[in-house]
Amino acid sequence: MEILAYLAAALTFENLLYALVGVVLGTAIGALPGLTATMALAVLVPFTFTMAPASAMIALGAIYTGALYGGAYSAILINTPGTPSAIATTFDGFPLTRKGEGSFAVSLACVSSVAGGLIGGLLLLMLAPPLATLALAFGPVEYFWIALLGLTLISAISEGNVLKGLIGGCIGLLLSMVGAAVMGGDLRFTFGTPHLVGGVEMISALIGLYCIPILIDLVAEPERGLFTGKRTTHVPLRRTLKASWDGKVNLLRSGAIGTLVGALPGAGGSIASLVAYSEVRRSSRQPEKFGKGAPEGLQATESANSATVGGGFIPTLVLGIPGTPPDAVILAAVMVQGVRTGPELFSSHADIAYTFIFGLLIATIFMFPVGLVLGRWAYNIVADLPKALLVPTVAFMCVIGSFAIHNNINDVRMMVVLGVFGWLMSRLGFGPSPIVLGLILGPIAEQGLVQGFLIGGASGNVLGMFFGRPISLVIILLILLALAYPLLFRRSRRGNYDASE
Amino acid sequence: MRKLGAIAIGGILTAAFASAALADFPSRTVTYVIPFNPGGASDETARMKESFFTELTGQQLVISYRPGAGGAVGWANLNDYAGDGYTIMGVNLPHIITQPLLGGVGYETDDIVNIHIFHYTPHALVVRSGSEFETLEDLIEVASSNPGALTFAGSGSHSANHLAQQAFDQLAGVTTTYVPMSGAAPAQAALLGGHITGAWLDTASVARLGDQVRMLAGAMEERISLFPDVPTFTELGIDLVGGTHRGVAVPQSTPPELRTAWSELIAAIATDPEFIEKMEAGGYVVTNIRYEDMDAFMSDRIQDYTNLLEQMGVLN
Repeated sequence: MEILAYLAAALTFENLLYALVGVVLGTAIGALPGLTATMALAVLVPFTFTMAPASAMIALGAIYTGALYGGAYSAILINTPGTPSAIATTFDGFPLTRKGEGSFAVSLACVSSVAGGLIGGLLLLMLAPPLATLALAFGPVEYFWIALLGLTLISAISEGNVLKGLIGGCIGLLLSMVGAAVMGGDLRFTFGTPHLVGGVEMISALIGLYCIPILIDLVAEPERGLFTGKRTTHVPLRRTLKASWDGKVNLLRSGAIGTLVGALPGAGGSIASLVAYSEVRRSSRQPEKFGKGAPEGLQATESANSATVGGGFIPTLVLGIPGTPPDAVILAAVMVQGVRTGPELFSSHADIAYTFIFGLLIATIFMFPVGLVLGRWAYNIVADLPKALLVPTVAFMCVIGSFAIHNNINDVRMMVVLGVFGWLMSRLGFGPSPIVLGLILGPIAEQGLVQGFLIGGASGNVLGMFFGRPISLVIILLILLALAYPLLFRRSRRGNYDASE
Repeated sequence: MRKLGAIAIGGILTAAFASAALADFPSRTVTYVIPFNPGGASDETARMKESFFTELTGQQLVISYRPGAGGAVGWANLNDYAGDGYTIMGVNLPHIITQPLLGGVGYETDDIVNIHIFHYTPHALVVRSGSEFETLEDLIEVASSNPGALTFAGSGSHSANHLAQQAFDQLAGVTTTYVPMSGAAPAQAALLGGHITGAWLDTASVARLGDQVRMLAGAMEERISLFPDVPTFTELGIDLVGGTHRGVAVPQSTPPELRTAWSELIAAIATDPEFIEKMEAGGYVVTNIRYEDMDAFMSDRIQDYTNLLEQMGVLN
């Protein structure tokens, strides 16, 4: 019963305190647009140097968990993903806020994040080695197909206007090509200026495309407020718990998706929540509800992106390969402490590894009260601030947030330019999400495609490379299902009408 | 002669004044800008210096980040910082040579005042532990009879990994396929997953992968303590020595005496046995290329990398 000893080691007063403080700090930082989990960790790393290695990892893991959840606040309340992994949270989170259900949405996101975090953490505790092996079975070609699966979401989120959605997606793909190419190193669409060599900064694009159009609209139309419904005055805890219980299958499935995608080095939280969203929508009886404030959509994305924390630590701890960028920061922090990570961690430092995993689970449980309280607080701020204060405050945060990514004024300029562009596009009926999907998934698809060609070409079997591998075939099947489903669905509903007439 | 003597005396006096002014340098917190995201080798080795720096000077070394375009965003902005000695920036080779050669990055190699290089991570040719290739000779034999069939992952195009692969192909007289990945982590995942024949990594990342992989050879000058059984390429008759060098640069406006002072400071850290032990445990090879030797070192590297890129046909 060595494992219980590790649990006891995680339960010291100090470790509990680190976990609590870490979750609070992480949530607060993650809530600000532009301040990502990676940055939160990098800023707070020096404070952990004086701690014991396991305590340091617990504190950092707690910050990471909190930051991912905090990203949901701005996504839900002001339609701005605080971190890239909260993009899909805007799809249904912000429509809920618009309907006056912001308080419910924030609480629901909290419970879903706790559920997803626990699923990821428990899978990490119990199934890390086999899941690491499974993650390794995903090669470049599988990444390509997963990115395509994510892109099929464009048709789902732009229902009623698929053509505009596809055009938006193509604009996103084009934007993703700006800068020095990973494959081949060519400079593309930089127009001779060094400012574009780094490409379109993702966070600038998120803040610009999502937040700025809303701010412009709020200012342009004096009558318009952020909410249409009434402001709620209490935390709808009972309703939240009931919705969570009803959505347990969704939470479990999304958590499992999040864990697996999080375990793929280089894929990360944003894709995990997109895939989970696409899955819950596909399997729903009422897919038309999605994008208009469906609680299920919010549950899926928040469960999935929180599960990527545990998932990402699977390759980090088992293989020594950071699963997500924040994992790399944690790995480096632990290296500085003199602890060798990688496969040796479980054998020679099992105490640190298991104490850390338990610490992560405890931090996730802390997120429940912390998230409800902070979420309530965030909701009150956004709901109570008069428009004349809210708009300049959010605009200020947008500028600070996009500057903070790299301490670079060019990222602010890019945010403003994309913001005005996004507003013009929204006037013409183009939503921001297809553009952002293209921007995120474009590079993954492109790299997977070229790598697949290089490797397939070397063995003289390009077709077999793309269409002859079992995992690829499963993903291709999912893509076909996602694409064909609306057609099949429409036909069956027409069938129902016929029967009733 | 008298004139020369006067210059010499003047020089000595200036040096004396300078060292008096430098006696309490640094007297406040120093900002250490890393032009990469946190969590990489540049960040890790910068942070390794933190506690030694504080012990030595009583001051804090605060690490901040200015990532973008593989480091180019930071280096293009280096000379905008104040040259008062309180801002230093991490530099990496071959990056600061290859990026300007390939063009469009907004700085030239000569714009960067390198003051000290404190370690390097030698190139490492790695296969996974279940691979059919036990030795480098095995691999070269198969590669020479099957041109282009063996695939090697690495991080990015025209990167240290890519240049290592190109140099190896030339020196060993083989043709292999290089598969660029978006970073070290995806390259390592492709390696462990068996999606490619092997990978060009460096000794520090190999150290983290433990016995899941087999390093066939390393591009260090002599064998290193962490991998006592891994031969150097030179031992096997392939003249490949090199890797990613990491050091520190200052803005051009930094006066010469501060440049030397910084070089001395970093040398003091990088010759501390405790620091060397920590670095070696992580797979890093500590080296000390001081400010006064920098020009010679850099011109050699510029020559090497220019030749390689020319042979790859990517220079216009």
